[in-house]
Amino acid sequence: MTRAVVALGRRALRNTFRRPQFLAPLVAFPSLFLAVNVGGLHRTTTLPGFPAVHGFLDFQLAAAMTQSLLLGGVSSGIAIALEIEGGFFDRLVASPIPRVAIVLGRLAATAALACLQVVWFIAVGLIFGAHIAAGAPGVLVVILIGAVAGTGFGAIGVMLALRARNASTVQGIFPLVFVVLFVSSAFFPRDLLASPVDAIARYNPLSYIADGMRDPIISSISAAPVLEGLAAAGGVALVAIALSVAALRTRLREA
Amino acid sequence: MAAIETTDLRRSFKGGIHAVRGIDIAVQRGEVYGFLGPNGAGKSTTVRMLVTLLRPTGGSARVAGHDVATEPDAVRRKIGVALQDAALDGLMTGRELMELQATLHGIAPADVAPRARRLLDRVGLTDAQERRVATYSGGMRRRLDLAMALVHAPEVLFLDEPTTGLDPVSRLTLWEEIRRLKANGTTVFLTTQYLEEADQLADRVGIINQGVIVAEGTPAYLKAQVGRPHLDLTFAGSEPDLERARDVLVRFGDHRPASEGCHLSIALQDGAGEIAPVVRALDDAGLQVASLELVQPTLDDVFVEKTGRHLEGAAEPRETAEAPPAVVT
Repeated sequence: MTRAVVALGRRALRNTFRRPQFLAPLVAFPSLFLAVNVGGLHRTTTLPGFPAVHGFLDFQLAAAMTQSLLLGGVSSGIAIALEIEGGFFDRLVASPIPRVAIVLGRLAATAALACLQVVWFIAVGLIFGAHIAAGAPGVLVVILIGAVAGTGFGAIGVMLALRARNASTVQGIFPLVFVVLFVSSAFFPRDLLASPVDAIARYNPLSYIADGMRDPIISSISAAPVLEGLAAAGGVALVAIALSVAALRTRLREA
Repeated sequence: MAAIETTDLRRSFKGGIHAVRGIDIAVQRGEVYGFLGPNGAGKSTTVRMLVTLLRPTGGSARVAGHDVATEPDAVRRKIGVALQDAALDGLMTGRELMELQATLHGIAPADVAPRARRLLDRVGLTDAQERRVATYSGGMRRRLDLAMALVHAPEVLFLDEPTTGLDPVSRLTLWEEIRRLKANGTTVFLTTQYLEEADQLADRVGIINQGVIVAEGTPAYLKAQVGRPHLDLTFAGSEPDLERARDVLVRFGDHRPASEGCHLSIALQDGAGEIAPVVRALDDAGLQVASLELVQPTLDDVFVEKTGRHLEGAAEPRETAEAPPAVVT
């Protein structure tokens, strides 16, 4: 099982880098968004209620990371849907491996990619003057939350692909990523959000994931936001993995 | 014990489509079994059940001694599968795909690379092994697909239309490999739309039509069952009076669907000795024959007799307008 997961994970990760048209949006879109937001909205840090930050870029890094991780989840879903459409998925199903390894292999690649996505935005941030308040340990915490959250988003993508069985349907959820993200505290502090978005953001796990990754960047590592971020990311991951495995079983049972 | 054995195997889909309606097959170890049928006859559905990709909705099937429904893992360990259209990952190189397949089949890590190399060499892809599969020709993809199916030396090999769309040279190369596998004792379940392929390679042939086996036996046995040769006739002129020709010819034998390039075809009741009377009768009726050909029985004749139509796509039935509709699989 482990050997199959590693082999399939390596393959999925390698293929991601061989599809620049899939890889580029994962970093290009959020990077552009980050540049536009920081350039146009940097004065919001002076608003009453805005947390003390070194700069707006520091605050926005977590939003860019969350956005990128969500897009990574969509990308994972599209990749597996393309395998279903092209028949390669059947080849894997016909192999003598535990079938759950097909899902776990894909998610292992998504997790590895999530680490790289987080590192990318930390690097971009540092290059353009951001400070990581919690230093190297903080970076590790951000990567950890990012990896867990990325795995969860990837599992959502995989679940959708296994249900929809075609890439265009999975691609169709792309706009939804932005909607879900905007009704969280990823881009602005929850206290500054107007009703009813502030109420929605309170129950949106993306708020806790973004705040958990943000905390080590803008302050020291505080237990509450980091643990809440980890719990939200872990919760999303656990539920989504369970649902994607169930979707796989349903698909195989219906075959 | 048979390598493949099905009993009343059935598969239905939503909407009341009965793709496979109860088939009984017994393929012996080391046998090459040709599975013939037109598009939509139920070939691929049957194969997908035998390789555990589809659950049967009725009956049972055992492959390599294991039940496909209750012991699918054991079946998968013992079979090699090359499905229709060679579903390969175009982003990977030939070597990477071979090594992945070997790993998924539990080949010891130290043996993965040498085994991949050996098989790539065997199918003539050593020079192309570091190229991405997306750049391979159709023939190369098929050969790679076959090599991948062989990576764990399977007891039973399923080849689903392995030469469809290939050029003649690539087809012959694959035929040679299948012969070599047979010589090594591998059981091969070969689905094909090409009668010549079945004739050349198969020890026995099963013909499936509308989800049921309509004929089974060695190619020689099946051809002997048809027995009589048939006469293909092409008439002179741009608009020959085929109705009148039919009326004349019906005295000499049954009409059969004409193959491409001829106008009418009849199964002669009394064999070659009737050619001269046929020509005389047509001449007396004022019908001018441009060419005629006496054709000995082929698997196509078997197919026509059993299903009322030709197998290969180019020769659609002209005589049997009521040819049975295909079942979507």
